Amino acid sequence: MPTTRDTKIITKHFGIKDSHTYAVYKADGGYGAFTKALAMQPAAITEEVKKSLLRGRGGAGFATGLKWTFLPKDAPGPGKPVYLVVNCDESEPGTCKDRELITHDPHMLIEGIAIASYALGAAQSYIYIRGEMIAEAKILSAAVAEAYAQGILGKAHATAGRGEWKLDLAVHRGAGAYICGEETALLNSLEGKRGWPRLKPPFPAVKGLFGQPTIVNNVETLMNVPTIVDKGGEWFAGLGMGKSGGTRIVCLSGHVKNTGVYELPIGITFRELIEEVGGGVTGGKLKGLIPGGSSMPPLDPAEIDVPIEFDALMNDPRIKEVEVKPGIKFDMGGGRGLRTMAGSGGVVVFNDQTDVVKLCARIMRFYHNESCGQCTPCREGTGWLDRICARLARGQGRPGDVDLLAEIAHGIAGNTICPLGEAAAWPMLGFLTKFRPDFEQREREGKPVALGAPKSLRTLPIIGQSPLSPRGTTP
Amino acid sequence: MALAFSAESSRKIAEILPRYPNKQAALLQVLHVAQGQFGHVGADVQELVAETLELPPAHVWGVVTFYTMYHRESVGKNVLMVCTNISCMLRGAEDILGHVEKKLGVKPGETTADGMFTLVEEECLAACADAPMMICGDKYFMRLDTGKVDTALDELRKHPRSEH
Repeated sequence: MPTTRDTKIITKHFGIKDSHTYAVYKADGGYGAFTKALAMQPAAITEEVKKSLLRGRGGAGFATGLKWTFLPKDAPGPGKPVYLVVNCDESEPGTCKDRELITHDPHMLIEGIAIASYALGAAQSYIYIRGEMIAEAKILSAAVAEAYAQGILGKAHATAGRGEWKLDLAVHRGAGAYICGEETALLNSLEGKRGWPRLKPPFPAVKGLFGQPTIVNNVETLMNVPTIVDKGGEWFAGLGMGKSGGTRIVCLSGHVKNTGVYELPIGITFRELIEEVGGGVTGGKLKGLIPGGSSMPPLDPAEIDVPIEFDALMNDPRIKEVEVKPGIKFDMGGGRGLRTMAGSGGVVVFNDQTDVVKLCARIMRFYHNESCGQCTPCREGTGWLDRICARLARGQGRPGDVDLLAEIAHGIAGNTICPLGEAAAWPMLGFLTKFRPDFEQREREGKPVALGAPKSLRTLPIIGQSPLSPRGTTP
Repeated sequence: MALAFSAESSRKIAEILPRYPNKQAALLQVLHVAQGQFGHVGADVQELVAETLELPPAHVWGVVTFYTMYHRESVGKNVLMVCTNISCMLRGAEDILGHVEKKLGVKPGETTADGMFTLVEEECLAACADAPMMICGDKYFMRLDTGKVDTALDELRKHPRSEH
């Protein structure tokens, strides 16, 4: 079935009055897929999800059905519960979809959780919601309470494959830490600890929450599950493109006329997105865009005829590979290059009036602030990137700064426990690859503050700041 | 003087604990409850939380200092978080923050003399399509200009959003 821009799956209730309530959701056939699922074998549900080509919408784009099969064969079993954990710690700059989704349709998420939990054999699920989302946590908690009152949660259901099966679901608020969007940091945070990522392996599917097999899925990912059960995996796969099924939520922000959160065909190109959905670039001509949240290498205007689809962004030769230095490509391992990735769907457009050095500096400041401090390359390296970018942006760049930035970024990537290191290194290298002249100009025109002058101490790079408290920016 | 949880807080904690297989897992939620009651979670409040959940105070300290939303010192009635990350920056967030600073007479991290506002320069708050924006408790202020900021500050003065 060809997808049109009118094909809506998970935003179909947007704009309907009281769409967040059980009554409205139920009236539109809500929880019908859950009833259908309970009459299916759990493995058959996973098979439909595999067939659907649903891929993780949190950023990595990993095949959801395949992830579900990673649970050990003896789980769930005696003394071996399975947990489903929902990642709603949306914090990647440029990304604003999960917040909208749970505001408008929390019951579609709950139904997705209920079906997935049955398929996985989880009797307990947690929604980890970002701490700052106080309003959304209230909406979600109210919807969970409704689902309990309606007997969807907390009540035993007769099922085809798990006998009498019951699900409990709790909303767990975070407390302000970007890193908790990384799944193992999220699990530590759920256990009442600092949000420090864990070494993998063991992967959460084998040893996750409370040491038990755990599947962590994003909000948008799970909200697609009821439709997959309802209409079948093949139907869902047919909506997409290549190996990516369904639609995609795009968060369009920055210098376009119609910023917004849109559910779109997964084959739409960035040019169509900007011009037809976004109504065109405002304030100047297009300088570039960030395709999937601030951790993804940017695209320049010559690269925007590529679709927003996961594999296209990684492999389409129209996108230049990220370089460490001009002519030397960044090696992801085994000679594999890096173009960019679809990430979280956060598309940030910037016009030619934008100071890209400053924009990049703001991104580096973010990752420096949010580094958890566990791994030296990230804790120190993000600080160096932050401070060197900042001095370039301030007009105090020094000879060699541009090469130094690339060298530091290259030294971070691949050398940390979790991908926060790459989340800083990739855009740094990406900005240098696509907009190197802007950086070089700043380096040339820089008026470095003389070393040794007492007033300049605060602008010195690298030294003089405590590496022990990289997160201490708020009271 | 030893602190104690109010009846309301104790009721909330009693609701939270059964959701988890151990008490430690409830720590973030109980700290939110404690901050709701006491306004901030200083050393004495942390001791109370540690005792309630049978955790070492050092563990509680480690958690409190890791997450940005737990305040160890008293904060204003409104904790106003202005986003300056990229989507907001591209749409004028620096001017918005500058205007808020001027109106309140404080810099990020500071509290106004009347105790009404604590200003926080915040990272991306997931409302990028409605940039520039700021948030206070459960209230969003989006697609801001200086006029909307003035209206928002007046509203918050009259009706503080004390959840944080």
